[in-house]
Amino acid sequence: MDWFDSGWGLSLIVFLPLVGALLIGLIPRSNEESIKQLSLVTTLVVAALSVVAAFRFDYGSSAAFQLDTTLSWIPSIGSNYHIGIDGISLPLLVLSAVVTVLSVIYSWNHWDEPRNPKAFLILILILEAGMNGTFVALDLVLFFIFFELVLLPMYFMIGIWGDKTPMVVKLGSYQLTTETRLYASIKFFLFTLFGSAFMLLAFLALSFEGGTFDIPALIDMGASGAFTGTFARLVFAGMFLGFAVKVPMWPLHTWLPDAHTAAPTVGSVLLAAILLKLGSYGFIRIAIPILPEEARAWAPVIAILAAIGIIYGSLACLAQTDMKRLIAFSSVGHMGFVMLGIASMTEVGINASIIGMVAHGIITGLLFFLAGSMHHRYHTRDMAQLGGNMKLLPKIGGILGFTAMASLGLPGLAGFWGEFWSLIGAYNPLSGLDVNLFRGTMVAGAIGTVLTAGYMLWMLQRVNLGEPSAKWEGHEMHDADRFELAAWAPLLVATVAIGIYPRIITGSTNDAVVALVARAFGG
Amino acid sequence: MMSDLLFRFAEEGAVEIGAGGALQEWAWLILVAPFVAVAGIVFFGKRMRYQGAELAVGMMAFVFVYGLILWVQTMTDHVVYENSVVIAQVSESLVFEWGWVVDGLSSMMYFVVGVVGLLVFVYALGYMRGEIRYTWFFASLSLFAGAMLVLVAAPNLAQLIVGWELVGLASYLLISHYWEDKENSTAGMKAFFTNKVADVGLIIGAIALSAAVGSFRISDILDAATHGEGGFSAPLFGSTVAVAGALLLFFGAMGKSAQFPLHIWLPDAMAGPTPVSALMHAATMVTAGIYLMARMFPLYQTIAEAARPYMIAIGAATLFLTGLLALVQDDIKKVLAYSTVSQLGYMMTAVAAGGYTAGLFHLFTHAFFKALLFLGAGSVIHSVHSNNMSDMGGLRKSMPVTFWTFVIGSGALAGVFPLAGFFSKDEILGTLDHEGYQLVMWIAIAGAFVTAFYMTRAVALTFFGEYKGHGHPHESERVMTVPLVVLAGLSAVAGFVNWPGVYTGFTEWVGTRALTMGDHHPEALDLRLAAFGTAAALLGIAGGWLLYGKDKESQQARDAFWIPGLYDAFKAKYWLDDLALGIVALVKGPSARFVNWTNNVIIDGIINTVGVGTRWLGKLVYGRFDQQGIDLAINAAAAGSGAAGGALRKLQTGRIQQYAGALVVGAVALVVGFVIFTN
Repeated sequence: MDWFDSGWGLSLIVFLPLVGALLIGLIPRSNEESIKQLSLVTTLVVAALSVVAAFRFDYGSSAAFQLDTTLSWIPSIGSNYHIGIDGISLPLLVLSAVVTVLSVIYSWNHWDEPRNPKAFLILILILEAGMNGTFVALDLVLFFIFFELVLLPMYFMIGIWGDKTPMVVKLGSYQLTTETRLYASIKFFLFTLFGSAFMLLAFLALSFEGGTFDIPALIDMGASGAFTGTFARLVFAGMFLGFAVKVPMWPLHTWLPDAHTAAPTVGSVLLAAILLKLGSYGFIRIAIPILPEEARAWAPVIAILAAIGIIYGSLACLAQTDMKRLIAFSSVGHMGFVMLGIASMTEVGINASIIGMVAHGIITGLLFFLAGSMHHRYHTRDMAQLGGNMKLLPKIGGILGFTAMASLGLPGLAGFWGEFWSLIGAYNPLSGLDVNLFRGTMVAGAIGTVLTAGYMLWMLQRVNLGEPSAKWEGHEMHDADRFELAAWAPLLVATVAIGIYPRIITGSTNDAVVALVARAFGG
Repeated sequence: MMSDLLFRFAEEGAVEIGAGGALQEWAWLILVAPFVAVAGIVFFGKRMRYQGAELAVGMMAFVFVYGLILWVQTMTDHVVYENSVVIAQVSESLVFEWGWVVDGLSSMMYFVVGVVGLLVFVYALGYMRGEIRYTWFFASLSLFAGAMLVLVAAPNLAQLIVGWELVGLASYLLISHYWEDKENSTAGMKAFFTNKVADVGLIIGAIALSAAVGSFRISDILDAATHGEGGFSAPLFGSTVAVAGALLLFFGAMGKSAQFPLHIWLPDAMAGPTPVSALMHAATMVTAGIYLMARMFPLYQTIAEAARPYMIAIGAATLFLTGLLALVQDDIKKVLAYSTVSQLGYMMTAVAAGGYTAGLFHLFTHAFFKALLFLGAGSVIHSVHSNNMSDMGGLRKSMPVTFWTFVIGSGALAGVFPLAGFFSKDEILGTLDHEGYQLVMWIAIAGAFVTAFYMTRAVALTFFGEYKGHGHPHESERVMTVPLVVLAGLSAVAGFVNWPGVYTGFTEWVGTRALTMGDHHPEALDLRLAAFGTAAALLGIAGGWLLYGKDKESQQARDAFWIPGLYDAFKAKYWLDDLALGIVALVKGPSARFVNWTNNVIIDGIINTVGVGTRWLGKLVYGRFDQQGIDLAINAAAAGSGAAGGALRKLQTGRIQQYAGALVVGAVALVVGFVIFTN
């Protein structure tokens, strides 16, 4: 397995999807079965490789970058093809590879208009390359390219397969008539591009100052205090904009409810499960270790924005009538917990953020699958018209109930630990940070859990319980089919498994996080 | 004096991890068995002969037998056993664990959960026959049993929180069992939500205490609390974090154990099937808060002493104020619900006042007679198909077993010698007297009068007079009456395990580990207090009988007749529900709408203005200067708002492959670049 460990394994995980996409491009559009089979095989192989990577990984030294390689790539600017994973990126990489397979399985017989499986599956595969690449990249240029690569497929997914309801943008006397999907896709694209422009500037500035794009090298420099003063402040600000839009943090979040609601089911799933994590991962991988002093200075800002996001997102959820939009807004709150953990700059808090990312990926991904499947059957997402789902679709209803409980942070399921540990981190933040301020954000977070319980239970009451409306009488309702169950079962199992034994994640992350905090803040 | 206590705790309170025999080592089985049963029932229950109920009852029988053996062994050998498995490490030192404790306190709880649980499960076989979601009902009940055992077995506060919230989930599921009716699912939400509010206190309190000590282990926290080491700064007493943490834990307990004014969820929880009310909302789950206070008892006895007056005040308010509400209820289950709240107030007052044994003893006896009363009420409801006592009356002839067992339960609750409640209530009065809380003691005695009064009222309205309902009521089947008889027997004799001067085994059993530091144990029954208590009970019974014993006028007229001034306040439940609903409406309505408005109008307004403005600027620049070499950013932005829309419209018309293909080409260029530039 030497070939695997010396970089080929990770390279395959990143580029095999592109090879698959290319091959699918050669198959005629009419040959749908072959297209589906090939994309399934490709994503399955990639997922299997990511599992192999997890087994080849040496957890005894999870702080070190492993299975790595460095090849000269663009010598003129000093950028190398440097990839590798440590205990922090491993769980996210596996999550990304597995959720992509499940998306392909789910897609098997669930197509949003205008259908076209060929184009859709090609986009999924390109998306996967971008996501996997971001998690293994150890060079800023490489990271940036992968980070941006995910934009295009998602933009097309939303813009083409998205919600075709007409909408009007009103600004005083100005009116723009468009479609939800067009508005949402452009908003998503421009918003993210806006953030990443600043991020790119920050990366360039870093390399001018540090003389390299290599992330581990920059981390070493950062830890020894190479970047300080106004320079560091501006660089951090640039990165902050890039990552915070992606997370998204309040008030840069408004692309999210629109994009999520308009996106086709699989698009929402991948957006929630993986894409949002690219932002929070960027904070942990790049911003904090390279600019520790700036991270410390920005921590209160991040904590306050996170706390606002938690409360704001939860309150916004309470006002929603559209089930999918409610789930979308819940991400604002949940990612608030992830960012609160990061803001504490403590070992507990950063561990919390990573397990929180994984849990949110699994649980919210599942919620979007369910919302999509329900929309498929009811042709509405308006909760006032739903109701009695447990009677009409008992399997889907039961899984929805379970997942909603997981989402509200029920102990014993995956979502609990991230929230709980975030609160612990915020209670005792890194020394030097304002304890009272952080305890205030902790209380806000704890109140957020109450509001979360409120909107989730309320959603269940409106959607799942009660007698079905007379409207659905005579409609033949098909409960979850085998493709849906196959796509959801692994997520359900993971929700329980991580809830009972969170070491599945922390066993990988903890040593790496301890080393990160020690290097950045002199542990 | 306090230093003596500290010394004793240091000597006896230290836990030897892993001490104990195979019986203790394998005690984790009773925590896991219920969850296995849940999975079995959910996945295979419907295909089983008894629709999964056999799995639930079998599991509960196992828990009962194991719990019984554990308790007997704990009684005889005074074993203290604790074991944990690490499930996560999240910093250099902080670990999270699953574990199980076998000591007097947890063994007592295992026993109570086992015995009441088994009887209720069996009873439910009859009560729930033919009801909707029969299989799911038993799965949820089993989930509750597992969660409750996880809670009482917890050696650390994190696991306790897990069990704590999971019993809340089970409670939600079972209260909303008949969710076709919106009222029932709303009651379930109310329970979950009220508890969640209280849990904020529990979670922050647990984090505060654990952060100060550096460990979530309860034994570590208590050790630090009683020794002044670990993070609690000197001086030993009055440390802010300890008092704040202790009060926050208490706030959590107020939710679960329905203390005033957070009790509002419990009466509504009666929407659940009656076996649920008996097991969870009377005998076991609602005592979790009392259990927590007892488990953390040394904390409240030492550095967090300052928290105790608040707790006593809340407990006393609960026992008296909510007891009064039971006086005007027509729904027999609501009478019992308010009675439960009131009795939980007794327990909390006792533990807060320093009566570790007194509080737990009342928890113990109450579990039997209150479960009995609920199951008796269920038997009546099953027969007359109504919860309202105005539809009952005269049932003593047609339902003799239910009648006699109900009378025994009522007597035990009222504190009539020699039934169980007499002894436990006497122990509480004794503690309050000894600790110098005379005023609270008199409130408790007045509460005993109220208790006796409303129980007599309930018995009279249900079993005496004329039958006012429909159909012909009949005695329930054996599977339901046998648990009644067993519980009646337990309600009659359970008090004898702690008869001061005669036999005080209970005090020793729950007192392993020196948790009882500072606990007072009378040498003999205090005849003066016993006389007060008994007089209050007898007066209550006499008063109740005088007013309700004979059918004269309507029950409501009689309620209003003797409590004219406060009748409205009682009927309105002190308007607390209105207050709570008002707060919820405020959050759900204006606040949520305001946030949504800021999102859609303010923030998005800015975003849209920027977008449209940029497009306008793009047009302006292009139109005025007609030049191509303009900055890329403006082009991109303009394209974003306008041109991309046009491009998309083209895409729709079937040229997607081109674009997807272009994307692939772009991505492949990366690979090619990689190959080319590789040296």
